Amino acid sequence: MVEHAEIRMVHRGGSKINFREPVITNDSRFLLCAAGESVNVYSTSTEEYVHDLQGHTDLVTGVVLNPSNHLQVYSCSADGTVRLWDFTDAILIKVLLQQHSLPKSVLITASCFLHLFQLVAVHLPHSGDQEVEARELSAVLCDVSPHAGAASFGREVCVVVLIQLFVSVPHRFSLKSGMKKGAKNAFTCVSCHPKEDCIATGHEDGKIRMWRNFNQKKEYTYSTLHWHHGAVNTLCFTPEGTNLLSGGIESVLVHWHYTQENQKDFLPRLGAAITHIAVSPDGSLFSTSHSDNKITIIQSCVKVSAVIQGLVKGDGVWTNLIIDPRSKALVLNGKPGHLQFYSLHRDKQLYNLEIVQQEYIHEEGLDQFEVVNAAFDARGNWLATVEERRKKGAELEITLKLWAYDELTQSFVLNTTVTAPHEDQITAMFFSPSPETTMLVTTSLDGHFKAWLLADHSDANAEGFWACDFVGGYHLLKPGCCSFSADGSLLSVGFQEVVTVWSPASWELLTTLSQPPGAIRDLCFGRLSCSKYLLGASTKNQLCCWNLLTCSLEWSTPMDVSLLQADPLSENMAAFCSQSGSSDLFVFKPSEPRPLYSQKALCTGKVQHAVFAPRDQMLESCEERTQWLNRSQLYFFTQHMDLLTFSTKTEEDRLLASSKQLMVDDSVAVTPFYLLLGKHRGQQLEKQEALTNPMAERTQLPQGSIAIKELLHTPAHVLPSASFLCAMFVRSLLISSSSARQDNDLWHTVKKTHKKTEYVDIELNRFIYIPLKTMERSK
Amino acid sequence: MGEFKVHRVRFFDYMPTAIRAMAFNAHTERLALGRMDGSVEIFNFADRYFQEKVIPGKDSRSIEALCWVGGRLFSAGLNGEITEYDLENLRPKYSLEAYGGPIWTITSNSQGAHLAIGCEDGTVKLFEVLEESIQFERNLDRQKGRIISLSWHPSGTQIAAGMMDMIRVFDVPTGELKTAMLLVDRGFGGSKSRETVVWSVVFLSDYTIISGDSAGKVQVWDGHTGTLVKTHLVTKWDVLALSDESSVVVGTSEGTVIQFQFIAPTLQQQQDKEWVRTRTFKNHTHDVRALAEIETAIVSGGMDTQLVVRPLLEKFDERSHASALRKIQFPHRNLVFCAKKAGLLLFQFPGQLELWRLGESDGHVLFLCDICLQGEDHICCSALSSCGGWLAYSTMSSVRLYRLQTDNNDISISKVPKLPKILRSAHQLCFSSDSSKLFAASSQSSVLVIALSQSECKYVHTLKPKSGQQPIHLMTNSVDGKWLATANSDCEIHVYNVQKLKLHCIVPVYGSCPSAMGIHPTTNNLTMVHADQQIFEYSIVEKQYTDWSRKLQKQGLHNLWLDRDTPVTHVTFNPKNPEQILLHDMHMFCIIDQSLPLPDQKTQFYNQMTLRSLSEQERPSHLHAFKICKTFQDLLSVSLLDDQSLVMVERPLLAITCQLPAPVRQKKFAT
Repeated sequence: MVEHAEIRMVHRGGSKINFREPVITNDSRFLLCAAGESVNVYSTSTEEYVHDLQGHTDLVTGVVLNPSNHLQVYSCSADGTVRLWDFTDAILIKVLLQQHSLPKSVLITASCFLHLFQLVAVHLPHSGDQEVEARELSAVLCDVSPHAGAASFGREVCVVVLIQLFVSVPHRFSLKSGMKKGAKNAFTCVSCHPKEDCIATGHEDGKIRMWRNFNQKKEYTYSTLHWHHGAVNTLCFTPEGTNLLSGGIESVLVHWHYTQENQKDFLPRLGAAITHIAVSPDGSLFSTSHSDNKITIIQSCVKVSAVIQGLVKGDGVWTNLIIDPRSKALVLNGKPGHLQFYSLHRDKQLYNLEIVQQEYIHEEGLDQFEVVNAAFDARGNWLATVEERRKKGAELEITLKLWAYDELTQSFVLNTTVTAPHEDQITAMFFSPSPETTMLVTTSLDGHFKAWLLADHSDANAEGFWACDFVGGYHLLKPGCCSFSADGSLLSVGFQEVVTVWSPASWELLTTLSQPPGAIRDLCFGRLSCSKYLLGASTKNQLCCWNLLTCSLEWSTPMDVSLLQADPLSENMAAFCSQSGSSDLFVFKPSEPRPLYSQKALCTGKVQHAVFAPRDQMLESCEERTQWLNRSQLYFFTQHMDLLTFSTKTEEDRLLASSKQLMVDDSVAVTPFYLLLGKHRGQQLEKQEALTNPMAERTQLPQGSIAIKELLHTPAHVLPSASFLCAMFVRSLLISSSSARQDNDLWHTVKKTHKKTEYVDIELNRFIYIPLKTMERSK
Repeated sequence: MGEFKVHRVRFFDYMPTAIRAMAFNAHTERLALGRMDGSVEIFNFADRYFQEKVIPGKDSRSIEALCWVGGRLFSAGLNGEITEYDLENLRPKYSLEAYGGPIWTITSNSQGAHLAIGCEDGTVKLFEVLEESIQFERNLDRQKGRIISLSWHPSGTQIAAGMMDMIRVFDVPTGELKTAMLLVDRGFGGSKSRETVVWSVVFLSDYTIISGDSAGKVQVWDGHTGTLVKTHLVTKWDVLALSDESSVVVGTSEGTVIQFQFIAPTLQQQQDKEWVRTRTFKNHTHDVRALAEIETAIVSGGMDTQLVVRPLLEKFDERSHASALRKIQFPHRNLVFCAKKAGLLLFQFPGQLELWRLGESDGHVLFLCDICLQGEDHICCSALSSCGGWLAYSTMSSVRLYRLQTDNNDISISKVPKLPKILRSAHQLCFSSDSSKLFAASSQSSVLVIALSQSECKYVHTLKPKSGQQPIHLMTNSVDGKWLATANSDCEIHVYNVQKLKLHCIVPVYGSCPSAMGIHPTTNNLTMVHADQQIFEYSIVEKQYTDWSRKLQKQGLHNLWLDRDTPVTHVTFNPKNPEQILLHDMHMFCIIDQSLPLPDQKTQFYNQMTLRSLSEQERPSHLHAFKICKTFQDLLSVSLLDDQSLVMVERPLLAITCQLPAPVRQKKFAT
């Protein structure tokens, strides 16, 4: 059991950074945002991930700067704690425990936050203890919307929006929306002017209302700003209150001038719907969070200066999770119509590959093309993608695209486009792993599977293109999955209950394997020493293993396998089973009866996507239970689109150590890039200083000079006459015009060596002043 | 409800004229409205915005500005004259040539002692207001360029004048120019050579001057130093009107009305108030030429001919008729007259009358003739006898009577040559039901009775009430020819016995002006509907309210009835079914069945659809006295002919909008 506890499920990358609005630090150097269970710190200038603040055990629901100390930050989490951090060094300063758990709370300021959708004021006790229990809770308002934009603090007012606009402190004032039937003027977000008594509210119909004069009863007045065509998602005043920023689905940052409301500036084409806007305390930087898990940093509303891109999850993951063989990046559908390459090690998006190549229209309810499938060949030279447009009541539009890797541009170039490659949805797509041929197999619900081959051209300068080579089927059954054996010599296609095994060389149906009832959901060939096994998971709770040498069932076990994944670098296989609303994981070798690792109740819901990502460095763990993690790491998506992985204790320790190492200098944002370049630059700087300032060099000279050492260290009775010494001493102060530097180097080496033995020391001294003597004599 | 054959008449090309000027008298709560054709309308804002009085226009008269001094109304126009109106006789009292060329603006100081006018030749002329007239006092320092707008400082010692490219401030006691403010920025896109017109200017008590100009800017100036404090760019087109009370309201040629308020930025800094643009209302399609801000609402009118009252919602505690947006499109009086026996329709236009014959069920209508006026006066009232044999109209200066003879499709019109001398003008005209008499409402609420015969017409008698100064705006007589009822703007209703030629009784005065009344053909009960939507029935014979009326008042009318925003303009009766009273306003047609129970607040008021879905047995339990039909919209007149067919005269608002010139700008998406 001790070993068991070592393997832990961790969030490693891909967390939502657009969940809550980020915070920009006072000096505008860092951007802090809630990302899963930690708070990530990014550099605003280099968009690089600096470090994270780890400690919360549940979703972080809010981050806010400590108003009394600008180097500290409060964060609150669904685990019921409020923590105070020093964000520059990622040190936890204080933990405030809440006697109630806060299932979904939104931190608003240091003294007030939303609790169970009640606005609650919490008195933060001042005490030196590390863990403090905050007991003083006073409910300010109940029935508060869970939406993050629904509350705002002004100069001395606090505004909360649900269906009504409440302004509390100094006195309460409320307003109902929906004055007319049918009018879509429900409140969506609110922001308070920092200097004046003015509240801006965003509405469902795209209008922004500026409420003024609400201190006097019934004398309130408002003005309306209207540009957005969809709902206003977020509003934010700049710190001086001179400008108002708003954003919505149009993905345009609108910049209203506070006093001249009909003047507005736009920053269009930000890529995706804006969900939050934050402004740095000095007003020089804006940051917009977008629905595609991106934070854009904008320099005073004119220029996008940095983009922090998280893993794009969008509406859902349609493609399988794939590992790009070249960059070892995780590949899945990202922005609408794009394929994203995401580095798991660095938790950073590498790049987007535009697949659909059509203008994306930012509007709700439109049917647009989606990338639904992608596959790489074994060496990463070819990429196949399938895009699909699902229209209600209309024909399905499918396009298969094949992309070749261009070494020159280091990117994929479109090679072949096949419109309507199948008549119905494509269920699976794989490249043959055999090194001799480049072959792609697609299976579709229209009852066929097709093999596509790169047609060779006789003339060398014309590029080859892809063409259909073989169309296969089996009794008009619908193929659901397919798999190549590791050497590419066998192809198995699952036609509902029947598994067919084909030879891709001759397209001969070799054998059929069948284990009714239940259609085959997943097929997988064993690797390496287990390559004689073929595993299949069926819908009727069966996991079967066939021996291909005997064409007979080796074993089968009743399991509701939702996903079967083979590790390409070992014999291991991972099977995710869904059982009573949660998922279990079994890692096993097909040849062995006992699983290597099993984890019950991994997460709630079905696991639909998982992948083994090969490690950069192999781990040298010899413990039996963690051995399967040595070569590759298993990543999977939960139902709530959280990317999780398994990690061992030793690995985490190593990671922690390396992250500590990074924190060296705080004058510049510490990023790995800086560490690499910064050292180099530091050296360069020193050198430069030395060159430009010869005085420094000269003043150093006498102390280190041998002549002085000679003078001081040699016993008096062996010293030559004072007149002789004087000449030598004066001479040592002079710099020889030609090779001062060289000399210096020489002295340097001498100095080093003379430490070793005294004998050598004396020897060398003699060696040096012998030439001087001769010079004297020659005179 | 009963079934009727309906003549749906849509060929009345009634076209209201654009609103040019507006003046609100806060003391009497009357709004004076000047239209492009020179007519002046008085609305009583205390009485549900009822259009109390209409002074017909004149071809040569134009109104550029209106101004109240106490209860006296003055206007000035481009014909260079200042006119004072006689509001009791609904006519201009006198006109005075100002000798300064066309007059652009007229305004009075808050003390009511002086009038200032701005003339084309660049002079600001001061007139002293005397008891019966006004008298020219002096000119202020003459400037080059026309004076478009004027505003007195509340103390009366300074006056600000909006000119071309300039705002000038004059010292009134000395008449000297104090400050000149130059509008440097010519504004948006327009050519630099084009002058900026300061269409309106407002002088506030803290010596702040706010101006609206043709470059689309609202500018706030310091009146002491003449420096610009703040510029609000409001529109790409002209800012045409400004009005102030607690806030400043701005009308633009886009049709928007924008409110500016003087607001402190925070609760603590009450002294650092500044003018902040707050609300924008878009109720007009065309230029907003006139604005008034009253205590609870913003009143605006312009080229699209409608008067819009936009209440400020924060001033109301609860929803009621007063907090609803109100648009006044049609006049609150009859312009359509129907000869019930002959089936003729008379349409009254400002400059002409049209006579039509209603067709049979094949829908064939016949245009008979139109009578165009000679002279420049506009028609103030007209009448058609129910037999279709007589037609009369009156202008400000004369009354004309015509004898009509129709046989089949031919019509012959002969003017009755000699009318009694005493009959010079009339506020209302009315023929008795047997066409033997013509009643003409004259000055001081008196009614002239004129006997008509084939050969001649002669003056019979003048019916005079005991009291009453105000003009008669409603007159109706009974079918048996015995009774005549008149109503005047003081809400007094007099009933005369025509046979005895004397006053029979005075109906107890109710606080709201009657908007329509009728005498029942059989019972001789007088039914009155007031501007506040109350209904009364008064028995002329017994000189008291009827039991039904008392019951109605005791139970109260349904809230939905009381919250309607247009007054009932016509009351008729169904001779076949004496229980039924037929009423209509602009948006609905209603039959009140006195035999049915009255609705209380809980019953469904508009129940025609529900009734239709119920079975025959269930229906009687759901019936109530008010049967309302909303099939016909934008109704100008409803009358019941003797052959039990209804004539519905509609004038769709869309048709009026179509005839307007193209607007400056139409709202486009995302602009």
